[in-house]
Amino acid sequence: MKKLILTTALTCCMGAAAQADVVVMSWGGSYGKAQTEAYVKPFAEKFGIKTTMIDADNPATPIKAQVEAGNVSVDIASLEYADAVRMCDEGLLEPIDASKLAPAPDGTPATEDFLPGALTDCGVSTDIWANVYAYDSTKFPGEKPTTIADFFDTKKFPGKRGVNKRPKAVLEIALMADGVPAADVYKVLATPEGLDRAFKKLDTIKKDIVWWEAGAQAPQLLADGEVVMTTAYNGRIFNAVADEHKPFVIVWDGQVYENEMFAIPKGAPHAEDAMKFLTYSTSTEGLRRSAQWISYGPARKSALKEDLLFHDGKTEMLPNLPTYPGNMKNALETSMEFWVDHQTELSERFNAWLAAN
Amino acid sequence: MALPVYASPLERTWHYSYLTICALIFLFLMAPILIVIPLSFNAQPYFTFTTEMLHFDPNGYSLRWYDQLITFGMQHPEAPRDWSFWMDFWENATWMQVAKNSVIIGISATVLATVLGTIAALGLTRPEMPYRKQITAVLISPMIVPIIISATGMFFFYSWVRLPMLSFDGGVHIEFARLAGSYAGIILAHAALGIPFVIITVTATLSGFDQSLVRAAASLGANPRTAFFRVVMPLIMPGVVSGALFAFVTSFDEVVAVLFIAGHDQQTIPRQMWNGIREQISPAILAVATILVAVSILLLATVELLRRRSERLRGVTPS
Amino acid sequence: MTETASLTTSDGKPLKAALAASLATRRKKALLLVAPLLLFVLVTFIVPIGQMLFQSVHNDGFSSTAPTLQAWFKDHPEGSDIDESAYAALAADLKQMKADRTAGVAGTRINYDISGTQSLFTSTARKADTMKPPYKDAILATSDKWGDPNVWRAMRDASSPYTIDFFLNAVDMTRASDGHIVAVPSDQAVYKKLFWRTIVMSAEITVLCLLLGFPIAFLLANIPMRHAMLLMILVLLPFWTSLLVRTTSWMVLLQQQGVINDLLVWLGIIDNGHRLEMMYNETGTIIAMTHILLPFTILPLYSVMKTIPPSYVRAARSLGATSWTAFRRVYLPQTLPGLGAGGLLVFILAMGYYITPALVGGADGQMISNMIAFHMQKSLNWSLAAALSTILLVIVMIFFWIYDRIVGIDKMKLG
Repeated sequence: MKKLILTTALTCCMGAAAQADVVVMSWGGSYGKAQTEAYVKPFAEKFGIKTTMIDADNPATPIKAQVEAGNVSVDIASLEYADAVRMCDEGLLEPIDASKLAPAPDGTPATEDFLPGALTDCGVSTDIWANVYAYDSTKFPGEKPTTIADFFDTKKFPGKRGVNKRPKAVLEIALMADGVPAADVYKVLATPEGLDRAFKKLDTIKKDIVWWEAGAQAPQLLADGEVVMTTAYNGRIFNAVADEHKPFVIVWDGQVYENEMFAIPKGAPHAEDAMKFLTYSTSTEGLRRSAQWISYGPARKSALKEDLLFHDGKTEMLPNLPTYPGNMKNALETSMEFWVDHQTELSERFNAWLAAN
Repeated sequence: MALPVYASPLERTWHYSYLTICALIFLFLMAPILIVIPLSFNAQPYFTFTTEMLHFDPNGYSLRWYDQLITFGMQHPEAPRDWSFWMDFWENATWMQVAKNSVIIGISATVLATVLGTIAALGLTRPEMPYRKQITAVLISPMIVPIIISATGMFFFYSWVRLPMLSFDGGVHIEFARLAGSYAGIILAHAALGIPFVIITVTATLSGFDQSLVRAAASLGANPRTAFFRVVMPLIMPGVVSGALFAFVTSFDEVVAVLFIAGHDQQTIPRQMWNGIREQISPAILAVATILVAVSILLLATVELLRRRSERLRGVTPS
Repeated sequence: MTETASLTTSDGKPLKAALAASLATRRKKALLLVAPLLLFVLVTFIVPIGQMLFQSVHNDGFSSTAPTLQAWFKDHPEGSDIDESAYAALAADLKQMKADRTAGVAGTRINYDISGTQSLFTSTARKADTMKPPYKDAILATSDKWGDPNVWRAMRDASSPYTIDFFLNAVDMTRASDGHIVAVPSDQAVYKKLFWRTIVMSAEITVLCLLLGFPIAFLLANIPMRHAMLLMILVLLPFWTSLLVRTTSWMVLLQQQGVINDLLVWLGIIDNGHRLEMMYNETGTIIAMTHILLPFTILPLYSVMKTIPPSYVRAARSLGATSWTAFRRVYLPQTLPGLGAGGLLVFILAMGYYITPALVGGADGQMISNMIAFHMQKSLNWSLAAALSTILLVIVMIFFWIYDRIVGIDKMKLG
């Protein structure tokens, strides 16, 4: 018997082979796929370093949990702008020396080639994406929704709404739908009355909302007919249309856009290879490759110099990016300062609101 | 349950409505399990029966979701189906990897739980065992404590504990590694979760065990060791095996501990299903479900055969 | 020793002592057999849970990052004037926090007590380097929130790593600025309601399981063994089928474009525009969990019913009882042990359910386990998660204790 226990114990430990690969944590679904195709696969091939992509609803939280529990297994995380700044402030991320990033093909140093705000102490922007809403055009044969207010108008456009289960970009669109101009949204939201106003607007459709958490759920809810319109990350809807020919339409009015950042968690097991990966991915070619898989705008000027085509070889990407002038008419850039300061309390308020019937 | 001939019309009505109710409850029990099987052969990416399917038109059915299961995660899914295709499948296909993990973790956890659990059950069923109730309560607790509490507790503890482990990073060497994110961690966790089932089934078998058989063996000159292996073991074996099967199924079906403790290298079938259900619930999940239903039918059949064998051995005839 | 001559063994030892010694040896042997497993469960299971629950009363997020303030609070008892020396201590700690990047950690801890203070720490710490005395003015210039006595009260509380505040939070209580314990505003009260909902939903599921399980167990116990064995498979197969498979199946059946809605539309019971919402709400959770837990009531009921001799009911009938009276007065009382065993087990298991509510529960079908998971994985308020876990565990353990009293844990059976 004793021998058996020993053998079992031995097999346990033998199984624990060390992982020699770089682990990237991102948002899954078509965005995860785009990053796999654009960064992970070519990087693994070029450098011969095994690289693995894993999914999370929002990588910021597992990364924070991992660092605080002292159990970091991720080398690179794809984080939202405010999270990348906040987590850097909290000492959860490794600082990144921007001068070591790859220069543009014409030799312009990275610090000048990246768009303003795209480089922070601990993060490097990979793309600019937007929270938009989209509807299933087969559900509205007559008049189509065109404004952000239509999303909240269940009389004119009856049916369930899919909404991201968090306050960020949800409170903003509620205010915009309530008539607050994009430029004033954060000024209003910073006041208690403004906050109440946003929640009051959300109350009007609360019973019609199906909440989603993972980005891939949004197009799925639309496809299953569980909702007639849903907030979504614009690239997910674009891919559902371009790849799977779904009858979805994006409404750009009231879009909320921001930078997505690559960052290295503090205590990442392969920090050196992670930096190599980060430099490789955020090069001009890397960012262009990513934009060929999903409709998020590259954060480098040099990446936008030539036309971009979707990987099917025919769809023009530029008109589908959040930063395309035609899509920017009533657009709001997420305020990093606002969310760095208010994330915690607004999440609490939001959850209490969710739980209250 | 035959109806007596003198039953009144009211009793008759009641009797048949009772049988109908039972049939409906059986339908409630079985329908959800059976429904996934035909739907997994749906040619369309829907979770409902298409008109083609209802008309038994062969065009309504396809193996595409099974095909997707095979090729998902492969490096060259389009390659011709020759030797190298299947090598690629074995090495890279996501579902193959998680299936391997499920089997490795399941079997290791089962062996650990069964060996420790059986020995403990032998002690627990001895009449002179002190603090039996309290100890049993502790050993059963992994089944009772809400899984979210167990999993989070183990997450913190296993993130903190470091154990010497063999690693194959280039050469073989020993390094101190965290339990969280290692096979050892998830195996220990699953073993702990499986132990109550082993304890329950083995003590149940042992309580029906006739202790005079051991005395008889001893009086015939067998030493305790021989008596154990030649007399006790064969008789309690069916109980041990069904306990082991329970432990295996517990591990094979467990997702919460995996969510918290396992690293990306130790993803299991339920973990991958969890991903699939939450995000892109494609009929491929139904294909996995169908395979798992087949596995559970197999396991159930084994347990039933064992139980009958055990009853025969113990001389209990089905009444 | 008693006065009478004691019996002795052949080698002259008193028999009583010899028996006691032999019993002690056998007890030791039995214990030795159990010891490895007990140790295993203690180390891999009980200790980790204990360590996690300890976090409910222990949180050093502030006390470890603000040592100067901690010392100040020690020297100045409650009620002391918050003077320049206090602000100087705060400034010193904020500077250190900026250097160590721990302002977020300290702020998070205080934020648990007073919502909205995390950013107070991070934003002030960002400017801490440039601060000059007098610190009171310098700090109040960054935000007048620093003058709030409530913030100072919270910092004083948090300067000790031990606290019961998370338990207060877990039952929707908080501390007022004078340190008294008060209920939180009703629009922020979440947990008591959720505990109650968890109990109510578990009870509903238990009742449903008993209602559906009783006729089946009765049928199985009263038909010939051969048939019962066959039908038993219909009960056991769901029992052996993966939880995730069963949950997936229910999602397929219940969704708006799913099989049941399709069937109802086809039958003309509902029209296409008004498909039933059976998923992403409480209904979905209850249906799926009833299905998953049903075998746990059928099996104990069946084993109890099999031992009830049919002659009792016949005797009652022959004495003039109607079939209903005979059932109610004679048969039903005898099934109580089975009802108790099955019901309690289902209730205990339902209380701790996580997977099914998470997948089919939507917003109002969530249970307390999901809230614990939320604080573990999303809000990362681990101390609150631990406090909620402790309360849940206590409730479950009470029912486990009742189960042991009524049924006996050694009577637990599977299949």
